[in-house]
Amino acid sequence: MKSGSNLEKVFEKGEFALTGECGPPRGADLEVVKEKAKHLVGYVDAVNVTDNQTSIVRMSSIGASKVLIDMGLEPVMQMVCRDRNRIAMQSDIFGAYALGIRNMLCLSGDHQIFGNQQDAKNVFDIDSIQLINVVHTMREEGKILGGDDIDGKPEMFIGAAANPFGDPFDFRPIRLAKKVAAGVDFIQTQCIYNMPKFREYMKRVVDMGLHEKCHIMAGITPLKSLPMAKYMAKKVSGIDVPQEILDRMKGVEKKKRAAEGIKLAIEQIQEVKDIEGVDGVHLMAIEWEKKVPEIVEGAGLHPRPQVS
Amino acid sequence: MIVGERKPLEEIIESLEGAEKVLVAGCGTCVAICMAGGEKEVGMLASELKMAAKLRDMKIEVSEATAQRQCDKEYLDTLKDDVKGKDVVISMACGIGVQYMALNYEPMRVVPAVNTDFLGANLDVGEWAEYCQSCGDCVLADTGGVCPIARCSKSLLNGPCGGSADGKCEIDPETECAWQLIYDRMKALGRLEKLTEIRPPRSWKTSRDGGPRRLVREDQKA
Repeated sequence: MKSGSNLEKVFEKGEFALTGECGPPRGADLEVVKEKAKHLVGYVDAVNVTDNQTSIVRMSSIGASKVLIDMGLEPVMQMVCRDRNRIAMQSDIFGAYALGIRNMLCLSGDHQIFGNQQDAKNVFDIDSIQLINVVHTMREEGKILGGDDIDGKPEMFIGAAANPFGDPFDFRPIRLAKKVAAGVDFIQTQCIYNMPKFREYMKRVVDMGLHEKCHIMAGITPLKSLPMAKYMAKKVSGIDVPQEILDRMKGVEKKKRAAEGIKLAIEQIQEVKDIEGVDGVHLMAIEWEKKVPEIVEGAGLHPRPQVS
Repeated sequence: MIVGERKPLEEIIESLEGAEKVLVAGCGTCVAICMAGGEKEVGMLASELKMAAKLRDMKIEVSEATAQRQCDKEYLDTLKDDVKGKDVVISMACGIGVQYMALNYEPMRVVPAVNTDFLGANLDVGEWAEYCQSCGDCVLADTGGVCPIARCSKSLLNGPCGGSADGKCEIDPETECAWQLIYDRMKALGRLEKLTEIRPPRSWKTSRDGGPRRLVREDQKA
Protein backbone atom coordinates (compact mmCIF):
# COMPACT_ATOMS: atom_id res chain seq x y z
CA MET A 1 0.00 0.00 0.00
CA LYS A 2 1.20 3.44 -0.88
CA SER A 3 -1.27 5.50 1.08
CA GLY A 4 -3.78 3.05 2.50
CA SER A 5 -6.63 5.22 1.28
CA ASN A 6 -10.01 3.66 0.64
CA LEU A 7 -9.73 4.54 -3.05
CA GLU A 8 -6.38 2.81 -3.32
CA LYS A 9 -7.77 -0.29 -1.60
CA VAL A 10 -10.70 -0.47 -4.00
CA PHE A 11 -8.28 -0.46 -6.93
CA GLU A 12 -6.00 -2.96 -5.22
CA LYS A 13 -8.92 -5.30 -4.78
CA GLY A 14 -9.55 -5.12 -8.50
CA GLU A 15 -12.93 -3.47 -8.07
CA PHE A 16 -14.34 -0.89 -10.48
CA ALA A 17 -13.85 2.36 -8.55
CA LEU A 18 -16.22 5.29 -8.29
CA THR A 19 -15.46 8.82 -7.16
CA GLY A 20 -17.81 11.75 -6.76
CA GLU A 21 -17.28 15.46 -6.57
CA CYS A 22 -18.16 18.23 -4.19
CA GLY A 23 -17.58 21.91 -4.97
CA PRO A 24 -17.08 23.90 -1.74
CA PRO A 25 -19.30 26.95 -1.09
CA ARG A 26 -18.50 30.59 -1.89
CA GLY A 27 -18.15 31.33 1.78
CA ALA A 28 -17.61 29.81 5.18
CA ASP A 29 -20.91 27.96 5.55
CA LEU A 30 -20.14 24.37 6.52
CA GLU A 31 -23.75 23.35 6.14
CA VAL A 32 -23.51 23.74 2.36
CA VAL A 33 -20.70 21.18 2.25
CA LYS A 34 -22.59 18.83 4.55
CA GLU A 35 -25.81 19.11 2.54
CA LYS A 36 -24.05 18.29 -0.75
CA ALA A 37 -21.90 15.54 0.72
CA LYS A 38 -24.65 13.66 2.55
CA HIS A 39 -26.04 12.39 -0.76
CA LEU A 40 -22.69 10.78 -1.53
CA VAL A 41 -22.26 8.79 1.69
CA GLY A 42 -22.20 5.10 0.81
CA TYR A 43 -22.43 5.74 -2.93
CA VAL A 44 -18.84 6.56 -3.87
CA ASP A 45 -15.39 5.40 -2.79
CA ALA A 46 -13.99 8.91 -2.46
CA VAL A 47 -15.06 12.47 -3.18
CA ASN A 48 -13.06 15.11 -5.07
CA VAL A 49 -13.04 18.46 -3.37
CA THR A 50 -12.35 21.16 -5.91
CA ASP A 51 -9.75 23.89 -5.42
CA ASN A 52 -11.36 27.22 -6.36
CA GLN A 53 -12.66 25.75 -9.60
CA THR A 54 -13.05 28.11 -12.54
CA SER A 55 -11.04 30.58 -10.45
CA ILE A 56 -13.98 31.53 -8.27
CA VAL A 57 -13.10 32.08 -4.62
CA ARG A 58 -14.48 29.28 -2.50
CA MET A 59 -13.83 27.52 0.79
CA SER A 60 -10.40 25.90 0.56
CA SER A 61 -10.14 22.34 -0.61
CA ILE A 62 -8.23 21.38 2.54
CA GLY A 63 -10.90 22.86 4.81
CA ALA A 64 -13.82 21.27 2.99
CA SER A 65 -11.93 17.95 2.75
CA LYS A 66 -11.62 17.88 6.52
CA VAL A 67 -15.38 18.39 6.83
CA LEU A 68 -15.92 15.34 4.62
CA ILE A 69 -13.56 13.24 6.74
CA ASP A 70 -15.60 14.17 9.80
CA MET A 71 -18.73 12.96 7.97
CA GLY A 72 -17.14 9.60 7.18
CA LEU A 73 -16.39 10.36 3.53
CA GLU A 74 -12.95 10.04 2.02
CA PRO A 75 -11.80 13.18 0.18
CA VAL A 76 -9.61 13.56 -2.88
CA MET A 77 -8.11 16.98 -2.26
CA GLN A 78 -7.62 18.88 -5.49
CA MET A 79 -4.66 21.23 -5.72
CA VAL A 80 -4.05 23.67 -8.57
CA CYS A 81 -0.76 25.30 -9.56
CA ARG A 82 -2.40 28.65 -10.26
CA ASP A 83 -2.54 30.14 -6.79
CA ARG A 84 0.40 28.93 -4.75
CA ASN A 85 4.14 28.71 -5.17
CA ARG A 86 6.16 25.63 -4.23
CA ILE A 87 6.58 26.82 -0.66
CA ALA A 88 2.84 27.09 -0.02
CA MET A 89 1.99 23.92 -1.95
CA GLN A 90 4.44 21.70 -0.13
CA SER A 91 3.35 23.18 3.19
CA ASP A 92 -0.32 22.58 2.37
CA ILE A 93 0.42 18.96 1.44
CA PHE A 94 1.94 18.44 4.91
CA GLY A 95 -1.05 20.13 6.53
CA ALA A 96 -3.56 18.16 4.47
CA TYR A 97 -1.93 14.86 5.38
CA ALA A 98 -1.83 15.82 9.06
CA LEU A 99 -5.60 16.40 8.87
CA GLY A 100 -6.15 12.90 7.52
CA ILE A 101 -6.31 13.58 3.77
CA ARG A 102 -4.90 10.58 1.87
CA ASN A 103 -5.74 11.27 -1.81
CA MET A 104 -4.87 14.30 -3.83
CA LEU A 105 -5.34 15.42 -7.41
CA CYS A 106 -2.62 17.53 -9.03
CA LEU A 107 -3.93 20.06 -11.56
CA SER A 108 -2.74 23.06 -13.55
CA GLY A 109 -5.91 24.98 -12.72
CA ASP A 110 -8.23 27.12 -14.82
CA HIS A 111 -6.77 30.49 -15.70
CA GLN A 112 -8.01 33.30 -13.41
CA ILE A 113 -9.65 35.04 -16.38
CA PHE A 114 -12.67 32.73 -15.89
CA GLY A 115 -13.36 33.67 -12.31
CA ASN A 116 -14.23 36.53 -10.03
CA GLN A 117 -10.63 37.60 -9.33
CA GLN A 118 -9.47 38.44 -12.82
CA ASP A 119 -6.95 40.98 -11.52
CA ALA A 120 -5.08 38.32 -9.55
CA LYS A 121 -1.39 37.59 -10.07
CA ASN A 122 -1.11 34.04 -11.32
CA VAL A 123 1.61 31.86 -9.93
CA PHE A 124 2.29 28.66 -11.93
CA ASP A 125 5.63 28.29 -10.17
CA ILE A 126 5.48 24.57 -10.98
CA ASP A 127 3.16 22.74 -13.36
CA SER A 128 0.87 19.77 -12.71
CA ILE A 129 3.40 17.17 -13.87
CA GLN A 130 6.07 18.67 -11.64
CA LEU A 131 3.56 18.72 -8.76
CA ILE A 132 2.87 15.00 -9.21
CA ASN A 133 6.58 14.40 -8.91
CA VAL A 134 6.85 16.59 -5.81
CA VAL A 135 4.16 14.53 -4.01
CA HIS A 136 5.70 11.29 -5.25
CA THR A 137 9.18 12.25 -4.05
CA MET A 138 7.77 13.19 -0.65
CA ARG A 139 6.15 9.78 -0.34
CA GLU A 140 8.90 7.61 -1.82
CA GLU A 141 12.04 9.44 -0.76
CA GLY A 142 10.88 11.59 2.13
CA LYS A 143 12.25 14.73 0.52
CA ILE A 144 10.93 18.07 -0.60
CA LEU A 145 12.10 20.00 -3.66
CA GLY A 146 15.74 20.83 -3.29
CA GLY A 147 16.40 17.59 -1.44
CA ASP A 148 15.79 18.47 2.22
CA ASP A 149 14.52 15.60 4.38
CA ILE A 150 11.07 15.85 5.88
CA ASP A 151 9.79 15.00 9.35
CA GLY A 152 6.90 12.67 8.69
CA LYS A 153 6.24 11.65 5.11
CA PRO A 154 2.87 12.55 3.66
CA GLU A 155 1.92 9.29 1.95
CA MET A 156 -0.65 10.42 -0.55
CA PHE A 157 -2.41 8.41 -3.23
CA ILE A 158 -1.56 10.61 -6.19
CA GLY A 159 -4.05 11.56 -8.84
CA ALA A 160 -4.09 13.83 -11.86
CA ALA A 161 -6.43 14.78 -14.67
CA ALA A 162 -6.29 13.96 -18.35
CA ASN A 163 -8.25 15.57 -21.12
CA PRO A 164 -8.61 13.23 -24.09
CA PHE A 165 -10.44 16.02 -25.93
CA GLY A 166 -7.78 18.70 -25.64
CA ASP A 167 -5.52 19.51 -28.55
CA PRO A 168 -3.16 18.42 -29.96
CA PHE A 169 -4.89 15.03 -29.74
CA ASP A 170 -1.74 13.11 -30.70
CA PHE A 171 0.09 14.61 -27.74
CA ARG A 172 -2.54 13.62 -25.15
CA PRO A 173 -1.36 10.03 -24.60
CA ILE A 174 2.24 11.34 -24.43
CA ARG A 175 1.21 13.80 -21.75
CA LEU A 176 -0.40 10.96 -19.84
CA ALA A 177 2.84 8.98 -20.15
CA LYS A 178 4.68 11.94 -18.62
CA LYS A 179 2.25 11.95 -15.68
CA VAL A 180 2.86 8.24 -15.21
CA ALA A 181 6.62 8.79 -15.32
CA ALA A 182 6.25 11.58 -12.76
CA GLY A 183 4.61 9.09 -10.38
CA VAL A 184 0.84 9.35 -10.74
CA ASP A 185 -1.30 6.53 -9.29
CA PHE A 186 -4.69 7.38 -10.77
CA ILE A 187 -6.15 9.54 -13.49
CA GLN A 188 -9.56 11.13 -13.78
CA THR A 189 -10.52 12.28 -17.26
CA GLN A 190 -12.40 15.34 -18.39
CA CYS A 191 -16.18 14.79 -18.85
CA ILE A 192 -16.75 12.42 -21.74
CA TYR A 193 -19.52 13.03 -24.26
CA ASN A 194 -17.66 12.11 -27.44
CA MET A 195 -17.41 8.37 -26.90
CA PRO A 196 -15.72 7.43 -30.21
CA LYS A 197 -12.92 9.91 -29.52
CA PHE A 198 -12.52 8.58 -25.97
CA ARG A 199 -12.30 5.03 -27.32
CA GLU A 200 -9.56 6.11 -29.73
CA TYR A 201 -7.68 7.81 -26.89
CA MET A 202 -7.95 4.71 -24.69
CA LYS A 203 -6.79 2.49 -27.52
CA ARG A 204 -3.60 4.52 -27.81
CA VAL A 205 -3.18 4.58 -24.02
CA VAL A 206 -3.56 0.79 -23.86
CA ASP A 207 -1.15 0.32 -26.78
CA MET A 208 1.41 2.30 -24.78
CA GLY A 209 0.73 0.12 -21.74
CA LEU A 210 -0.13 3.13 -19.59
CA HIS A 211 -3.29 1.49 -18.18
CA GLU A 212 -1.04 -1.00 -16.40
CA LYS A 213 0.91 1.74 -14.69
CA CYS A 214 -1.96 3.84 -13.37
CA HIS A 215 -5.70 3.52 -12.76
CA ILE A 216 -7.77 5.44 -15.27
CA MET A 217 -11.19 6.73 -14.27
CA ALA A 218 -13.56 7.98 -16.95
CA GLY A 219 -15.15 11.35 -16.21
CA ILE A 220 -18.95 11.47 -16.44
CA THR A 221 -21.13 14.53 -15.88
CA PRO A 222 -24.91 14.12 -16.15
CA LEU A 223 -26.60 16.84 -18.19
CA LYS A 224 -29.38 18.56 -16.26
CA SER A 225 -30.93 20.52 -19.09
CA LEU A 226 -30.53 21.68 -22.68
CA PRO A 227 -28.96 25.03 -21.65
CA MET A 228 -26.40 23.12 -19.60
CA ALA A 229 -25.59 20.88 -22.56
CA LYS A 230 -25.19 23.93 -24.79
CA TYR A 231 -23.05 25.65 -22.18
CA MET A 232 -20.77 22.61 -21.93
CA ALA A 233 -20.57 22.44 -25.72
CA LYS A 234 -19.77 26.08 -26.32
CA LYS A 235 -18.32 27.69 -23.22
CA VAL A 236 -16.23 25.11 -21.43
CA SER A 237 -12.84 24.79 -23.04
CA GLY A 238 -11.65 21.25 -23.54
CA ILE A 239 -15.11 19.68 -23.47
CA ASP A 240 -16.42 18.06 -26.63
CA VAL A 241 -20.20 17.63 -26.78
CA PRO A 242 -21.19 16.14 -30.14
CA GLN A 243 -24.29 17.39 -31.93
CA GLU A 244 -26.06 14.04 -31.46
CA ILE A 245 -25.98 14.53 -27.67
CA LEU A 246 -27.47 18.01 -28.05
CA ASP A 247 -30.09 16.60 -30.42
CA ARG A 248 -30.94 13.85 -27.97
CA MET A 249 -31.52 16.38 -25.17
CA LYS A 250 -33.50 18.61 -27.53
CA GLY A 251 -35.56 15.63 -28.68
CA VAL A 252 -37.34 15.10 -25.38
CA GLU A 253 -39.81 17.51 -23.82
CA LYS A 254 -38.38 20.06 -21.40
CA LYS A 255 -39.79 18.44 -18.25
CA LYS A 256 -38.20 15.12 -19.10
CA ARG A 257 -34.73 16.41 -20.00
CA ALA A 258 -33.25 15.95 -16.51
CA ALA A 259 -34.37 12.32 -16.55
CA GLU A 260 -32.89 11.93 -20.04
CA GLY A 261 -29.60 13.37 -18.78
CA ILE A 262 -29.50 10.77 -16.02
CA LYS A 263 -30.38 8.00 -18.43
CA LEU A 264 -27.56 9.14 -20.71
CA ALA A 265 -25.07 9.23 -17.82
CA ILE A 266 -26.00 5.68 -16.83
CA GLU A 267 -25.53 4.49 -20.41
CA GLN A 268 -22.17 6.27 -20.58
CA ILE A 269 -21.01 4.60 -17.35
CA GLN A 270 -22.00 1.20 -18.68
CA GLU A 271 -20.20 1.93 -21.91
CA VAL A 272 -16.91 3.08 -20.39
CA LYS A 273 -16.97 0.15 -17.98
CA ASP A 274 -16.38 -2.16 -20.93
CA ILE A 275 -13.54 -0.14 -22.46
CA GLU A 276 -10.15 -1.74 -21.95
CA GLY A 277 -7.98 0.19 -19.52
CA VAL A 278 -10.81 1.95 -17.69
CA ASP A 279 -10.68 1.07 -13.98
CA GLY A 280 -13.37 3.35 -12.65
CA VAL A 281 -15.66 6.32 -13.11
CA HIS A 282 -15.34 9.83 -11.78
CA LEU A 283 -18.91 11.07 -11.49
CA MET A 284 -19.18 14.84 -11.46
CA ALA A 285 -22.81 15.66 -10.74
CA ILE A 286 -22.26 19.40 -10.71
CA GLU A 287 -24.69 21.09 -8.27
CA TRP A 288 -26.77 17.91 -8.60
CA GLU A 289 -25.27 15.73 -5.89
CA LYS A 290 -28.68 14.47 -4.80
CA LYS A 291 -28.98 12.52 -8.06
CA VAL A 292 -25.81 10.53 -7.43
CA PRO A 293 -27.58 7.60 -5.66
CA GLU A 294 -30.01 7.22 -8.56
CA ILE A 295 -27.20 7.20 -11.14
CA VAL A 296 -24.99 4.83 -9.15
CA GLU A 297 -27.86 2.42 -8.56
CA GLY A 298 -28.98 2.70 -12.15
CA ALA A 299 -25.49 1.83 -13.35
CA GLY A 300 -25.40 -1.21 -11.09
CA LEU A 301 -22.52 0.15 -9.03
CA HIS A 302 -24.26 0.01 -5.66
CA PRO A 303 -23.40 -1.10 -3.02
CA ARG A 304 -19.77 0.01 -2.99
CA PRO A 305 -17.10 -2.52 -2.05
CA GLN A 306 -16.16 -2.73 1.61
CA VAL A 307 -12.38 -2.80 1.76
CA SER A 308 -11.30 -1.77 5.24
CA MET B 1 11.91 45.22 -28.72
CA ILE B 2 10.11 46.91 -25.85
CA VAL B 3 6.49 47.54 -26.80
CA GLY B 4 4.54 50.35 -25.21
CA GLU B 5 1.45 52.48 -25.76
CA ARG B 6 0.58 56.07 -24.97
CA LYS B 7 -1.35 56.77 -21.81
CA PRO B 8 -4.67 58.60 -22.10
CA LEU B 9 -4.31 62.39 -22.18
CA GLU B 10 -6.38 62.81 -19.00
CA GLU B 11 -4.03 60.66 -16.98
CA ILE B 12 -1.03 62.60 -18.26
CA ILE B 13 -2.66 65.94 -17.46
CA GLU B 14 -3.50 64.76 -13.94
CA SER B 15 0.12 63.82 -13.35
CA LEU B 16 1.19 67.38 -14.25
CA GLU B 17 -0.61 68.91 -11.26
CA GLY B 18 0.98 72.24 -10.32
CA ALA B 19 3.46 72.33 -13.20
CA GLU B 20 3.76 75.33 -15.52
CA LYS B 21 6.82 74.57 -17.61
CA VAL B 22 6.89 71.07 -19.03
CA LEU B 23 9.13 69.21 -21.44
CA VAL B 24 7.76 66.36 -23.52
CA ALA B 25 10.78 64.10 -23.97
CA GLY B 26 10.71 61.36 -26.59
CA CYS B 27 12.91 58.34 -27.07
CA GLY B 28 14.14 57.39 -30.54
CA THR B 29 14.50 53.64 -30.08
CA CYS B 30 11.88 50.95 -29.17
CA VAL B 31 8.95 53.24 -28.38
CA ALA B 32 9.61 55.20 -31.57
CA ILE B 33 9.43 52.02 -33.64
CA CYS B 34 6.17 50.94 -31.99
CA MET B 35 4.86 54.46 -32.46
CA ALA B 36 4.23 55.23 -28.81
CA GLY B 37 6.91 57.72 -27.78
CA GLY B 38 9.21 58.77 -30.63
CA GLU B 39 9.68 62.23 -32.10
CA LYS B 40 6.39 62.12 -33.98
CA GLU B 41 4.42 61.13 -30.87
CA VAL B 42 6.19 63.87 -28.91
CA GLY B 43 4.83 66.41 -31.39
CA MET B 44 1.33 64.98 -31.11
CA LEU B 45 1.28 64.94 -27.32
CA ALA B 46 2.68 68.48 -27.16
CA SER B 47 -0.11 69.68 -29.46
CA GLU B 48 -2.76 67.90 -27.42
CA LEU B 49 -1.42 69.48 -24.23
CA LYS B 50 -1.33 72.96 -25.76
CA MET B 51 -4.90 72.57 -26.99
CA ALA B 52 -6.09 71.28 -23.64
CA ALA B 53 -4.33 74.19 -21.91
CA LYS B 54 -6.13 76.66 -24.13
CA LEU B 55 -9.55 75.07 -23.70
CA ARG B 56 -9.26 74.66 -19.95
CA ASP B 57 -7.45 77.88 -19.24
CA MET B 58 -4.43 76.08 -17.77
CA LYS B 59 -1.19 77.99 -17.42
CA ILE B 60 1.22 75.62 -19.06
CA GLU B 61 4.18 76.08 -21.34
CA VAL B 62 5.08 73.01 -23.41
CA SER B 63 8.38 72.30 -25.15
CA GLU B 64 9.63 69.25 -27.03
CA ALA B 65 12.82 67.22 -27.39
CA THR B 66 13.79 63.67 -28.30
CA ALA B 67 16.88 61.68 -27.31
CA GLN B 68 18.11 58.76 -29.34
CA ARG B 69 17.85 56.59 -26.21
CA GLN B 70 16.69 57.50 -22.72
CA CYS B 71 18.24 54.37 -21.20
CA ASP B 72 21.75 55.53 -21.98
CA LYS B 73 23.51 58.34 -20.11
CA GLU B 74 25.42 59.52 -23.14
CA TYR B 75 22.20 60.19 -25.07
CA LEU B 76 20.30 61.50 -22.05
CA ASP B 77 22.94 64.19 -21.62
CA THR B 78 21.94 65.64 -24.99
CA LEU B 79 18.69 66.83 -23.36
CA LYS B 80 20.48 68.91 -20.72
CA ASP B 81 19.47 72.32 -22.08
CA ASP B 82 15.91 71.20 -22.77
CA VAL B 83 15.39 69.91 -19.24
CA LYS B 84 16.81 73.01 -17.59
CA GLY B 85 14.24 75.22 -15.86
CA LYS B 86 11.31 72.84 -16.30
CA ASP B 87 8.87 71.90 -13.54
CA VAL B 88 8.08 68.49 -15.00
CA VAL B 89 9.56 66.27 -17.70
CA ILE B 90 7.00 64.02 -19.40
CA SER B 91 9.05 61.07 -20.55
CA MET B 92 7.64 59.20 -23.50
CA ALA B 93 10.20 56.42 -23.12
CA CYS B 94 9.54 53.00 -21.59
CA GLY B 95 9.69 52.62 -17.82
CA ILE B 96 13.44 52.31 -18.04
CA GLY B 97 13.85 55.66 -19.74
CA VAL B 98 11.53 57.40 -17.27
CA GLN B 99 13.57 56.18 -14.33
CA TYR B 100 16.93 56.85 -15.91
CA MET B 101 15.83 60.35 -16.82
CA ALA B 102 14.81 60.97 -13.20
CA LEU B 103 18.09 59.62 -11.92
CA ASN B 104 20.21 61.69 -14.28
CA TYR B 105 18.35 64.93 -13.78
CA GLU B 106 17.77 64.80 -10.04
CA PRO B 107 15.73 66.36 -8.48
CA MET B 108 13.58 66.88 -11.60
CA ARG B 109 10.00 65.58 -11.44
CA VAL B 110 9.63 63.03 -14.26
CA VAL B 111 6.27 61.48 -15.18
CA PRO B 112 5.51 58.74 -17.71
CA ALA B 113 3.38 59.22 -20.82
CA VAL B 114 3.66 55.61 -21.97
CA ASN B 115 2.66 52.28 -20.45
CA THR B 116 5.42 49.76 -21.02
CA ASP B 117 3.58 46.63 -22.15
CA PHE B 118 5.94 43.80 -23.06
CA LEU B 119 8.92 42.50 -25.02
CA GLY B 120 7.52 41.59 -28.37
CA ALA B 121 7.67 41.35 -32.11
CA ASN B 122 5.95 43.48 -34.72
CA LEU B 123 3.57 40.99 -36.35
CA ASP B 124 1.84 43.34 -38.74
CA VAL B 125 1.20 47.05 -39.19
CA GLY B 126 -0.09 48.22 -35.82
CA GLU B 127 0.13 44.77 -34.24
CA TRP B 128 2.59 43.44 -31.69
CA ALA B 129 2.75 40.28 -29.56
CA GLU B 130 4.68 39.27 -26.48
CA TYR B 131 7.45 36.79 -27.25
CA CYS B 132 9.83 37.01 -24.31
CA GLN B 133 9.49 37.44 -20.56
CA SER B 134 13.21 37.97 -19.93
CA CYS B 135 13.22 35.05 -17.48
CA GLY B 136 16.99 34.82 -17.63
CA ASP B 137 17.23 31.12 -18.52
CA CYS B 138 16.28 30.59 -22.14
CA VAL B 139 14.60 27.27 -23.02
CA LEU B 140 13.96 27.98 -26.73
CA ALA B 141 16.44 25.33 -27.89
CA ASP B 142 14.13 22.62 -26.54
CA THR B 143 10.79 24.11 -27.51
CA GLY B 144 11.13 24.58 -31.22
CA GLY B 145 11.82 28.28 -30.89
CA VAL B 146 8.48 29.08 -29.22
CA CYS B 147 8.63 30.34 -25.64
CA PRO B 148 6.33 28.53 -23.18
CA ILE B 149 7.18 30.97 -20.39
CA ALA B 150 6.01 34.07 -22.24
CA ARG B 151 3.48 32.58 -24.64
CA CYS B 152 1.67 29.91 -22.60
CA SER B 153 -0.84 31.64 -20.29
CA LYS B 154 0.22 29.30 -17.50
CA SER B 155 3.94 29.17 -18.37
CA LEU B 156 3.70 25.38 -18.46
CA LEU B 157 6.89 23.47 -19.15
CA ASN B 158 5.58 19.98 -19.88
CA GLY B 159 2.99 20.36 -22.57
CA PRO B 160 -0.47 21.84 -23.12
CA CYS B 161 -3.11 21.97 -20.39
CA GLY B 162 -6.59 20.63 -21.03
CA GLY B 163 -7.75 24.00 -22.31
CA SER B 164 -5.98 23.88 -25.66
CA ALA B 165 -8.57 23.73 -28.43
CA ASP B 166 -8.13 24.15 -32.19
CA GLY B 167 -4.76 25.78 -31.67
CA LYS B 168 -6.13 28.41 -29.32
CA CYS B 169 -5.66 29.09 -25.62
CA GLU B 170 -8.54 28.73 -23.17
CA ILE B 171 -8.24 32.35 -22.08
CA ASP B 172 -9.28 33.87 -25.37
CA PRO B 173 -10.00 32.64 -28.92
CA GLU B 174 -7.55 35.22 -30.30
CA THR B 175 -4.62 33.84 -28.29
CA GLU B 176 -2.62 31.04 -29.82
CA CYS B 177 -1.83 28.01 -27.68
CA ALA B 178 1.94 28.12 -27.33
CA TRP B 179 2.09 24.37 -26.79
CA GLN B 180 0.22 23.68 -30.02
CA LEU B 181 2.84 25.83 -31.77
CA ILE B 182 5.65 24.03 -29.95
CA TYR B 183 4.18 20.63 -30.83
CA ASP B 184 3.77 21.55 -34.50
CA ARG B 185 7.27 22.99 -34.73
CA MET B 186 8.92 20.04 -32.98
CA LYS B 187 6.99 17.63 -35.18
CA ALA B 188 8.13 19.44 -38.31
CA LEU B 189 11.70 19.35 -37.00
CA GLY B 190 11.45 15.62 -36.30
CA ARG B 191 12.17 16.28 -32.62
CA LEU B 192 8.93 15.21 -30.88
CA GLU B 193 10.93 12.78 -28.75
CA LYS B 194 12.28 15.77 -26.84
CA LEU B 195 8.76 16.64 -25.65
CA THR B 196 8.37 13.25 -23.95
CA GLU B 197 11.03 14.21 -21.39
CA ILE B 198 9.87 15.69 -18.11
CA ARG B 199 11.23 19.15 -17.46
CA PRO B 200 11.80 19.51 -13.71
CA PRO B 201 10.71 22.62 -11.78
CA ARG B 202 12.81 25.50 -12.99
CA SER B 203 14.62 28.09 -10.97
CA TRP B 204 12.90 31.45 -11.11
CA LYS B 205 15.90 33.01 -9.43
CA THR B 206 17.14 34.28 -12.79
CA SER B 207 13.75 35.88 -13.36
CA ARG B 208 12.31 38.83 -11.40
CA ASP B 209 11.61 36.45 -8.51
CA GLY B 210 15.25 36.50 -7.48
CA GLY B 211 15.00 40.23 -6.82
CA PRO B 212 15.98 43.12 -9.13
CA ARG B 213 18.56 41.87 -11.61
CA ARG B 214 21.88 43.37 -12.51
CA LEU B 215 24.44 42.37 -15.08
CA VAL B 216 28.11 43.20 -14.65
CA ARG B 217 30.49 42.24 -17.44
CA GLU B 218 34.07 42.53 -16.35
CA ASP B 219 35.30 42.01 -19.91
CA GLN B 220 33.47 45.16 -20.95
CA LYS B 221 34.43 47.16 -17.87
CA ALA B 222 38.12 46.69 -18.49
